[in-house]
Amino acid sequence: MIFKDKAGAVGNVAEEPDELDKLDEALTNFRLSIHAWSEAAFSRQRTAVAPVAPKKVWRLALGWALGCVLVAGGASAGLWQHQQREMRNAAARVAEQQHLQEQLVAQQRSQQARQEDDDLLAKVDSDVSREIPTAMEPLAQLMAEDENP
Amino acid sequence: MAMADEIAAEEFSAVVARHRPQIFRFLLASTRDVDLAETLTQDCLLKAHKNWSSFRGESSAMTWLMRIAINLQKDHWRNRRMQFWRHTQSNAVELDEASEWLPSGERSVEQQLLAKERVRQVSKAVERLSERQRTVFLLRYVEEAELSEIARATGLSEGTVKAHLSRAVARVRAELGGKR
Repeated sequence: MIFKDKAGAVGNVAEEPDELDKLDEALTNFRLSIHAWSEAAFSRQRTAVAPVAPKKVWRLALGWALGCVLVAGGASAGLWQHQQREMRNAAARVAEQQHLQEQLVAQQRSQQARQEDDDLLAKVDSDVSREIPTAMEPLAQLMAEDENP
Repeated sequence: MAMADEIAAEEFSAVVARHRPQIFRFLLASTRDVDLAETLTQDCLLKAHKNWSSFRGESSAMTWLMRIAINLQKDHWRNRRMQFWRHTQSNAVELDEASEWLPSGERSVEQQLLAKERVRQVSKAVERLSERQRTVFLLRYVEEAELSEIARATGLSEGTVKAHLSRAVARVRAELGGKR
């Protein structure tokens, strides 16, 4: 009974015997637990782990750092290339659309010009036909004069 | 000269064989970390080996070794506080680890559970003690050291040891649901 023996040394807990017993038992069990745990831990199998030399640690860290830089660089280069390709494709698409539009406009213009030419020719034809008499017109005049002397 | 060295080495080996488990137990109870307790025990024995020639036998070898262990433990916590920014992987176990090792004895299941619960409460209270109170408490109630031995191991006066012990027990008592 450790605690009871040392009651004078640790304070005035001797007033309540039940509480004293409870405390005494708890402390005894605490001691037994620690002893059992310590014995188990002390007799367990130990594995020796070789410490990593600082130089190796630095090398390892450097290797990781370089690896990270390479991976990051590769990824960003790939991304940049992808972006460039996308931009080129977009520019080509825009240029193609513009070209198509220009072609359409030119086609429309040429159609319009052709129509205008056709109209002009038709107008010239009608004007000429109105001004020049037909081939039988003089004879028709003569015949009319004969009938009405 | 070589003969004297040989005798000293044999003496030291005998001291190590006898006291190593106790040093380890105290450090384990203090740190709750098996690996750390092993490392500090090794450091303690290494330091003791280096200074074995200066050990004059004024106190027992156990008290001398315990003093070294207490100082190493203090240094460890101090260094750890200084290096708070470092990410350290702690192996410290949960509070109820110690209670799991409680021998069942001839108790009933309910009694065992109650006993474990009380051990857990004591562990919790010990965890909250100041470093000095915890050291004194563990030396008294785990290592069953006399007050005079505790005083020598910690470098405190017996009166101071009593005061620390009294406060520590009051805290444990409060945790167990008793008066302060």
